[in-house]
Amino acid sequence: MEHSAERVVDTVKADRRRVLIITALVAIPLIAWTLTQMSLLSFGTQILNGLSFGAVLFFLASGFTMIFGLLRIANLAHGGFYLMGGYVGITTTLVTGQFWLGLIAGGLAIMVLGVFAERVLLRRIRGLVKPEVLLTIGLTFVIGDLSLAMWGGDPRTVPLPGYLKGPIQIGDSFFYPKYRVFVLGLAIVLAAILFYIDRRTKIGAIVRAGVDDRETVAALGININAVFTIAFMFGAFIAGMSGVIGAGFLALLPGQDFEILLFALVVVIIGGLGSLEGAVLGAAVVGLIDSFAKALVPELSFFTLFAPMAIILMIRPNGLLGKAP
Amino acid sequence: MLQVDNIQAFYETAHILDGTSLEVGNDEVVTLLGRNGMGKTTLVRIIAGIDPPQQRGGTITWEGEDITDLESYEIARRGIGYVPQGRRVFGSLTVVENLEVIARAPADGAEPWDVDRVFEFFPRLQERRTSLARTLSGGEQQMLAIGRALMTNPTLLLMDEPSEGLAPILLGVIRDTLAALKGSGLSILLVEQNLGLALALGDRILLMSEHGKIVWEGTPDKLKDDHAALSTHLGV
Repeated sequence: MEHSAERVVDTVKADRRRVLIITALVAIPLIAWTLTQMSLLSFGTQILNGLSFGAVLFFLASGFTMIFGLLRIANLAHGGFYLMGGYVGITTTLVTGQFWLGLIAGGLAIMVLGVFAERVLLRRIRGLVKPEVLLTIGLTFVIGDLSLAMWGGDPRTVPLPGYLKGPIQIGDSFFYPKYRVFVLGLAIVLAAILFYIDRRTKIGAIVRAGVDDRETVAALGININAVFTIAFMFGAFIAGMSGVIGAGFLALLPGQDFEILLFALVVVIIGGLGSLEGAVLGAAVVGLIDSFAKALVPELSFFTLFAPMAIILMIRPNGLLGKAP
Repeated sequence: MLQVDNIQAFYETAHILDGTSLEVGNDEVVTLLGRNGMGKTTLVRIIAGIDPPQQRGGTITWEGEDITDLESYEIARRGIGYVPQGRRVFGSLTVVENLEVIARAPADGAEPWDVDRVFEFFPRLQERRTSLARTLSGGEQQMLAIGRALMTNPTLLLMDEPSEGLAPILLGVIRDTLAALKGSGLSILLVEQNLGLALALGDRILLMSEHGKIVWEGTPDKLKDDHAALSTHLGV
């Protein structure tokens, strides 16, 4: 009896979460709509703007949250990874004329950087939170300055291939940039891949077990340090790619590393640290809030970003979908 | 097969283990009894290669090989299974996933443990195969922790207080389980505070006292009659 009761509680909790997610995603645009009575067209535009910006944030936040869940490192260099990945992608695209090559080169370059950061730098101070924070912030400064020296301070964007340029037409009178729709699709594909790896593969199960209890996974024969490196590499790879993707509609410039990091942090804090579903939800929420706030009350855009975060933290200190540690 | 020789271990300035030595032979069940804080868990963790104390000395030999400085995963891969204190199942994985995630083929031609065999052994786990491990009861989690260690196809099982926090009826289940395992050619180093379990299972019993000193050694029958040893070292 005891067990079935527990199971019921678990299902109820899961249902309540789903309700929470849907409510949040529907409520934000609806509130914005009723407050402002915008036209349906600009309402749709804002939703797509929010979701496509959220898509970029998801790329960044999914790697961040995985690295945190497994290694317990808040990798504050993730914004730096984004910036430098974007620059490498721009240069590669300019040299080769291939956007896809730029995308992959941005990811690979940051993957190499990530392996260096994890194996050479972070491994020496494993488990020491303050040194890890200082090291990853320091790394962001180094990456930022190197990028400034190599790519200069002017805003840069990645040249898009012809088939991703221009608007896409929906219905009679609704036009929307093709590229943003493409980014949204890419994020959905990435989310599907990540969920598949997480739920259906052995490495996904090992990562989840490692998030639960690193020590015991290792004591049962898993080389957890190798898993850490793979996770860090993968997280860095998507962070580098996200820079290239973001550079298609958000210009890259010095300082963007910290700005995008801030957004990614809000995403994972709202969604719940270490939770993949949390990253999806947090990215959508933050993207939508940012888009509507910038359209309606641009002078308050930081307030509208942090106020919801503060409220959510007051109600659910572990984030919307986070587990109690 | 396992030789632990003159282990020294410190946490900060506390001298936890001072010259602990013991041996586990082939197909043997050795029970290590002792009160709380004597260093039993520290010893098991050192054998398993987990989180070594800052300073340590002594050697651990496994089938002729010095494994003192190996990483815990390397030790596990040599055939030493581990059932941690407090069970420590992977709470966000299902029962089946808990078993499959660390599954490894046996080194020799022994009858391998797989998910089906574990379920045969613990039918209760089969009923709950798709439940998340954190929703299991304490007894079910203990079965899962044992089944999980068996999935690594070990030749020696390190068990750290499997009776901890279990209701008497579940204690009986665990005891029968261990008795069955004992007959299957597995060696076991069982760390316990529960005298009844130790007496029922151990081929050989060791009593551990302050700083991990092994102060008594003998068969269960001999321990039953040695009232002095029981009252001095276990308080019973």
